[in-house]
Amino acid sequence: MKKQAAKSLRAFAIELAVYSVLVVIYFFLVLHLLGDWLYRLETHHRYVYAGVAILLIAGQAVVLDTVTTLLFRFLRGRSR
Amino acid sequence: MFFPISNTHINPIYLVVVGFVIGIFGGFFGVGGSFIAGPALRLMGVDWNYAVGTDLAHIVGKSIVAAKQHRALGNVDLKLGFFMAFGTIAGAECGAQLIQALKRAGNVNTVVSYVAILVYSGIAAFMLWESRKTLRSGRGPSQSGLVKGAESKKDRSAFSPVTRNIQRLKIWPMITLPTSGIRISLWTILLVAFVGGVFSGFLGGGAGYIRMPSMVYVLGIPTHLAVGTDLFEIVISASYGTITHAIKGNVDVLIALVMHTGAVIGAQIGVVATQYFAGPKIRLAFVPLPLIGAAIVIYTLVTGHKL
Repeated sequence: MKKQAAKSLRAFAIELAVYSVLVVIYFFLVLHLLGDWLYRLETHHRYVYAGVAILLIAGQAVVLDTVTTLLFRFLRGRSR
Repeated sequence: MFFPISNTHINPIYLVVVGFVIGIFGGFFGVGGSFIAGPALRLMGVDWNYAVGTDLAHIVGKSIVAAKQHRALGNVDLKLGFFMAFGTIAGAECGAQLIQALKRAGNVNTVVSYVAILVYSGIAAFMLWESRKTLRSGRGPSQSGLVKGAESKKDRSAFSPVTRNIQRLKIWPMITLPTSGIRISLWTILLVAFVGGVFSGFLGGGAGYIRMPSMVYVLGIPTHLAVGTDLFEIVISASYGTITHAIKGNVDVLIALVMHTGAVIGAQIGVVATQYFAGPKIRLAFVPLPLIGAAIVIYTLVTGHKL
């Protein structure tokens, strides 16, 4: 039981590390590129901005959830 | 990192950590976590209107992840969630109108603060009493089993006799919810959602601190299902709130996106943790949450600083 918990914890720690690297890349690439465009959209086209905002947050939720699930599955599979 | 929409400089690591903490709370208790996110954004100098709108956008993302995970564990009643979303949206509009009326009367802050303290403390006290009583008895009456072929997860509550009487109210149309294992009047569901919505519009945030306990005690939904279904319902109602706030210029989606990267991991941890706790223990652990909300309001009243 303890061995299983230790394995899960290790897999989670690795997942967290890999995920952190991905998130840092995400900050510098995607948000940096989107920042100005979203700012202009928010200033001049509020309705479009509202639609884009909800799509972005929902899209990110689905993508990140898939990434973390796959990462966890992959790491758990390797630690067995 | 500079966020041009809200014109603020915030350390992204701070946002990720805040998102992570809220994610754990959200995944475990089925709440939006606005009582943490709002003050946390205010501390970094984000204007109050942006704090409210951005928090809602972040709640949408976090709730999608947590609801998806809960659905995989069989903790989401989609039918109930859809019905509740209608009541919540209508209630939120009424709550917002109530705020406008109080604004015109000139005593909005005092009334909202006192109502909030009363409601938060009342929920905490009631849940503390009920969950402790259920845990002590060790064999409280089961909430489920009213519907044949129910797929529901069993739960115990010292408040079950009252809940059963509410379920027996035969006001047309009656709705069968096989996932939750109950048959109940649609009006009861809509009323619970509407009251939650009013508090959401009146006090801000997703009002999960009201809706999750109401689903357990009034509708008789097992705690695990109440948590998952509340999250699913929050996805719909918070999306509506995000769109209306974004149109009014109250959403900095870049902040929400950064916060959400932390919330994804936090929400998954929270969801997995629910598997290791029985319903009454989750409800007992829930008690400090509304008290934190009450403490923040008392702090605001006493010091005059709005967190």
